[in-house]
Amino acid sequence: MDKRTSLTSTPFWRDKRVIPIILQIIFAITIILAGFFFFNNALNSMRQIGLNFGFDFLGKMASFDIGDKLIEFSSTDTYGKAFLVGILNTIRVAFIGIILATILGFLVGICRLSNNWLARTVATVYVEIFRNTPLLVQIFIWFYAVFLSFPIIEKSLNVFGLVFFSNRGTVIPWFSLTASSTVWFISFIAGLILSFLVWKQRVKLQVESGKRKYPLLWSGSAILFSLVIAWFITFETPLRLSIPEIAGRGFEGGYTIGPGFCALLVALVMYTASYIAEIVRGGILAVSKGQVEAAKALGLKSSTILRLIILPQAIRIIIPPLTSQYLNLIKNSSLAAAVAYQELVGVGITVLSQTGKSVEVISIVILVYLAMSLFTSLLMNIYNKYSQLVER
Amino acid sequence: MKKDERKTKVPQLPEFEPLKASIGISGWLKKNLFSSWLNSILTLFFAAITGFIVIGSFEWIFFKAEWHVISANFKLFVVGQYPQAELWRIWIGLTIISALLGLSWGIWKGTMGHLSMAIGGIYFILCCLPFVMTETRIWLLANLIVIISAFLTGRKYSKLRKPTLTGWFLMFPVIIFLLNGFGLFNHVGTNLWGGFLLTLLIAITAIVCSFPLGVLLALGRRSKLPVIRWFSIGYIELIRGVPLITILFVAQLMLPLFMGHGIEIDNVVRAMVGFTLFTAAYLAENIRGGLQSIPRGQFEAAEALGLNATFKMTFIILPQALRAVIPAMVGNFIGIFKDTSLVAIVGLTDILGMGKNIISNPEFLGTQMEVFIFVALVFLIFCNMMSYASRRLEKSLGVGKR
Repeated sequence: MDKRTSLTSTPFWRDKRVIPIILQIIFAITIILAGFFFFNNALNSMRQIGLNFGFDFLGKMASFDIGDKLIEFSSTDTYGKAFLVGILNTIRVAFIGIILATILGFLVGICRLSNNWLARTVATVYVEIFRNTPLLVQIFIWFYAVFLSFPIIEKSLNVFGLVFFSNRGTVIPWFSLTASSTVWFISFIAGLILSFLVWKQRVKLQVESGKRKYPLLWSGSAILFSLVIAWFITFETPLRLSIPEIAGRGFEGGYTIGPGFCALLVALVMYTASYIAEIVRGGILAVSKGQVEAAKALGLKSSTILRLIILPQAIRIIIPPLTSQYLNLIKNSSLAAAVAYQELVGVGITVLSQTGKSVEVISIVILVYLAMSLFTSLLMNIYNKYSQLVER
Repeated sequence: MKKDERKTKVPQLPEFEPLKASIGISGWLKKNLFSSWLNSILTLFFAAITGFIVIGSFEWIFFKAEWHVISANFKLFVVGQYPQAELWRIWIGLTIISALLGLSWGIWKGTMGHLSMAIGGIYFILCCLPFVMTETRIWLLANLIVIISAFLTGRKYSKLRKPTLTGWFLMFPVIIFLLNGFGLFNHVGTNLWGGFLLTLLIAITAIVCSFPLGVLLALGRRSKLPVIRWFSIGYIELIRGVPLITILFVAQLMLPLFMGHGIEIDNVVRAMVGFTLFTAAYLAENIRGGLQSIPRGQFEAAEALGLNATFKMTFIILPQALRAVIPAMVGNFIGIFKDTSLVAIVGLTDILGMGKNIISNPEFLGTQMEVFIFVALVFLIFCNMMSYASRRLEKSLGVGKR
């Protein structure tokens, strides 16, 4: 009896079931105490400067203006709206940047594997240079040494009289909608659906009969047909082109992009594309050689092999690292704070220096970035699931 | 494609002659640049672009650029506003590094040798630059001699292995001590540290301090204890979800608030804390990948030997896991080295911040391109050296070959 009790009842500090619980409780208490200490200190020191914690400042009037904006904003609007403008600006540069970086990255990645020596070398040099210099240095080069060094508006450089480069920004031709845009749009969508159906049917015929049925030609003409119909309904073009002109000390027409946005976009695209190129190269190299050889044995031409055999398999390997590059691009767009493009962090810094509400402003910024990161990974995960190999 | 066609035709030919087009320079050109009409167009396109860029930059580098701005501010770029009279402390720090490099070259050869040669080459080039002061030249020459003599010593006495390793570990605190003074010498505050020196210091501090933190976080994320696991996951995902610049702002603006009054932390230390916290999260994810790559059998074998959790991790699992992720970690360190340039935004004068200050000086108006290209070049050289070392290390460790 005595022996058994001494065997079964180990002291609790050596019980394997109790130790982890005690450890976790100690850990949790330490973390909570540390958090409380920091928060309390922060509240105290803010009170000393005469500030109270709270988000009520968002409703107050922001007395600053934002240069580049997607929605109307003036210095009489609220801080809350300023943040909204900043968020939209971040989304704008991230969205355009992701699209352009993907295109450039895929091109460079494929060039790195080209059997053309010159293309391969140029792509390698590009990747080595842009990957190994800090993004901020690249942004500074584009901003201070390129876009701000363009001549003044009156002497601005132009390309075929369409695009103007000046130190106040780049002006590109832009479109304005006319009354008939809706009709054109509807008819274009209808044409798109029609062409897709025709294409599917033609491809099916081609596979069944073994003869060339020209699916691309057919679907192309379907779209053209829908546009001709739209022309006969409206007798008007859907968009009016507005070509910029120098008028005195400014530009007339066109769409002006600030130098900060240009520098940030170019730098982000060039930098991220060099990383995407390496990912694409790795993905293509990971497709087993037998696949390419089998495709060659079937007599497919090299562009078809790339499009139908290599890329669909490489995509599966490419997507996860590509997602993290997209997230990096979104996060790196915060470097705009250094080139006076007012996106989320830029607006945050301005608001912070005006109101002194550092804790609140920084928590807003962090939350927005977290939300954007989560949303992007969600989208990419859905696409990843869709492109994964269906296994039995 | 055409090559294959040729091969199928060969047996039908009455006589087998070597194809002239496949050998010599013209053969190489045809194979690599003009194998089909599409390829020829590609070649011409790239030749036009390359020619345009190369001629343009050649003209700019040798005729248009005013390199005077670099030579006049060379000291600012390298050490910032560190007082002239105290410069010998930096030189002694550099000499310690040179000696260690030379010793390692002698003992381990291989990668260390290539790195030492690269560093020696940089010394030599700096030595030959026309605008450096005589004093600098003497120090550089001394460093070169130190590298070579240490190499010879290291090659002769392989017993120096352990002292050299200890030297590497002690090097960083010793150099910090030298730079700051801490009462023994005249105090030089961190506000005077700048230029490339500051870049290196921030990067090395972040790397050294974030490593143990990263290991702990990686272990925490794989822990069976839910509180610790969720804390690690929360920390890692929070840090990885936000841009570095916001973390730097937190460190600059909120750290003093959090610490309460009475504790003064200067700007440079704040930036170092921010970088350490940031790097740790990314490092933890890499190390976790290494931990996941260790097969179950290793854990079970360690348990069967009767090792407790601490011994199991330190002697069996971590050495293997860390070795598997060395290339990934070096990639991480390169990233951190490049990211140190962000301190220019929060107002520190690292090499990039110094460049920004210099171009706003009216004396050097319109030299933005020269200044930033120089900064980019410095980063390019050091990042390339690091990635070269990582590739060599990967090869010599045989990662991914088993």
